[in-house]
Amino acid sequence: MARLSKDDVLKLARLARLELSEEEVSEYFTELNAILEYVEQLQGEDTSDLKPTNQVTGLINVTREDKTIDYGYPVLDLLKNVPFKEQDQIKVRRMVG
Amino acid sequence: MDSFAWDSINDIAAAVRNRSTSATKLVELSLNLIKDAQPKYNAIILVLDEAARARAKQIDELVESNQDPGPLAGVPFIAKDNFLVLGGETKAASKILEGFMPPYQASAVNALEAAGAICVAKANMDAFAHGASTENSDYGVTKNPYDTSRVPGGSSGGSAAAVALGLAPFAIGTDTGGSIRQPASFCGVVGLKPTYGLVSRSGVIAMGSSLDCIGPLASSVSDAALVLDVMAGKDKLDATTIDKDELGYKDISAKPLKGVKIGVIDEYLSEHVDSDVTRAINQTIDKLTQSGAEVKRISLPSTKLALACYYIICPAEVSSNLGRYDGQRYGFHEPDAKDLDESYLNARGKGFGKEAKRRIMIGTFVLSSGYYDAYYKKAMTVRTKLINEFESAYKEVDFLIGPVAPTTAFKIGEKSSDPLQMYLADVMTVAANLAGVPSISVPVGADSNNLPIGLQIMAGQRKDRDLLSLAMAIEELGK
Repeated sequence: MARLSKDDVLKLARLARLELSEEEVSEYFTELNAILEYVEQLQGEDTSDLKPTNQVTGLINVTREDKTIDYGYPVLDLLKNVPFKEQDQIKVRRMVG
Repeated sequence: MDSFAWDSINDIAAAVRNRSTSATKLVELSLNLIKDAQPKYNAIILVLDEAARARAKQIDELVESNQDPGPLAGVPFIAKDNFLVLGGETKAASKILEGFMPPYQASAVNALEAAGAICVAKANMDAFAHGASTENSDYGVTKNPYDTSRVPGGSSGGSAAAVALGLAPFAIGTDTGGSIRQPASFCGVVGLKPTYGLVSRSGVIAMGSSLDCIGPLASSVSDAALVLDVMAGKDKLDATTIDKDELGYKDISAKPLKGVKIGVIDEYLSEHVDSDVTRAINQTIDKLTQSGAEVKRISLPSTKLALACYYIICPAEVSSNLGRYDGQRYGFHEPDAKDLDESYLNARGKGFGKEAKRRIMIGTFVLSSGYYDAYYKKAMTVRTKLINEFESAYKEVDFLIGPVAPTTAFKIGEKSSDPLQMYLADVMTVAANLAGVPSISVPVGADSNNLPIGLQIMAGQRKDRDLLSLAMAIEELGK
């Protein structure tokens, strides 16, 4: 089965937007391979006649009326943890050149 | 261990209502106990003294004006730090959320407050609930009340230690793969993971959304039942919630044991279980049999695969749930990042602890193109197999029992350098989360070092009442 190289670890970190130090890459290289080796014991199981379980409640299509509900949270309260903002808007860095 | 023994929750609330004590006195008592215990045990991450005193005053005023504050009138409690609670920061014991002030409160906490309970503090935990020892907290490990060189279990280790020390009459925690039951077992308290969906998760920091459950930790089964009764039921803010039992969960009495069909999970009594743990479980089985219960061994072969299944599904869901921590709307951020991409990399790279990053990367891998079918889909299918085995078992027996964990509380540092060894601490608890069934840890003895041992009981989905009723009977057998 899959064995991750150090480049694979870097690629995963990049996909997940995690900046890693060189030391971390070495640690994760060892640890992630050990964890993957452990979870690969599922590969031997015959599950060809089974469907995947996505949820366990059996609830289907939980819906509500399509109208605005006021939960009483003031917008400025909801924004109080935002590091950069202008008036009542979240300010982020430029996304497109 | 210096622990304070509270009366039952029912008695405490009654005393507040009949004015033989007051909410203010109870809150001051709890705050003092916390202050005294903190240097030695580090069970608490934040004290909510101002908010708790203000709330106690309100409760006392209600009583003064002959109004009923509710079934938990004036009862102090402690919430794990992944519950959003107004009055202080919520950080799930993680640096990335340091300074985060919740703009609203968890539905479970709202329900408890509406019943008169008062949140006095936030409990320490493994950061983002990733762990089985509380060693992954970015704010220091919690010490086991029975032996401070040992872990309290995790991830709700602070909650379990707090209840064992009697810092408050009860605590609430979250259980994604055993995070209520395993620390309850290590600290000698009762820990309940209800049926999936029974308690709203609105306002609780998400970990593995198909697995996460909320439940109480308390010093008796009847206290745990009363707390569950207050928190359980549908919530319009959490579409995965289910209706509570029409009879509720309070006023449950111990189940008469004669003729009760109980299965002992064969795979949970293997050679990998400590002999003291096996002995305590076998003694309980003997007592059950002597009381007329029909106990038999039952095999659930897929429980051997449950941990591997869990450590694919859980990280997959973690990688998705932790995607929201990007430093833009809240949480740790680097003001000097030169562009958007660098600001993400910095915020997440520096803000997340080791275990969060480990799980995010495993999750990213098992969900990635080319590996999805072999890992994630395979695990979801093995999950079906496990559920089918549980369903067949419940045709033969009403309850399944076994140990909560293969060992008692282990030494601080013993497993922290090897993530896989730490994962193995969850080997007997994850199956209940994968199947969505209710499960409880009840203290049944101690090992040769006087460390507590918990018995795990599981029942079928939505059989929480039955589960509590049997747990009460087993609790009485130990008296």
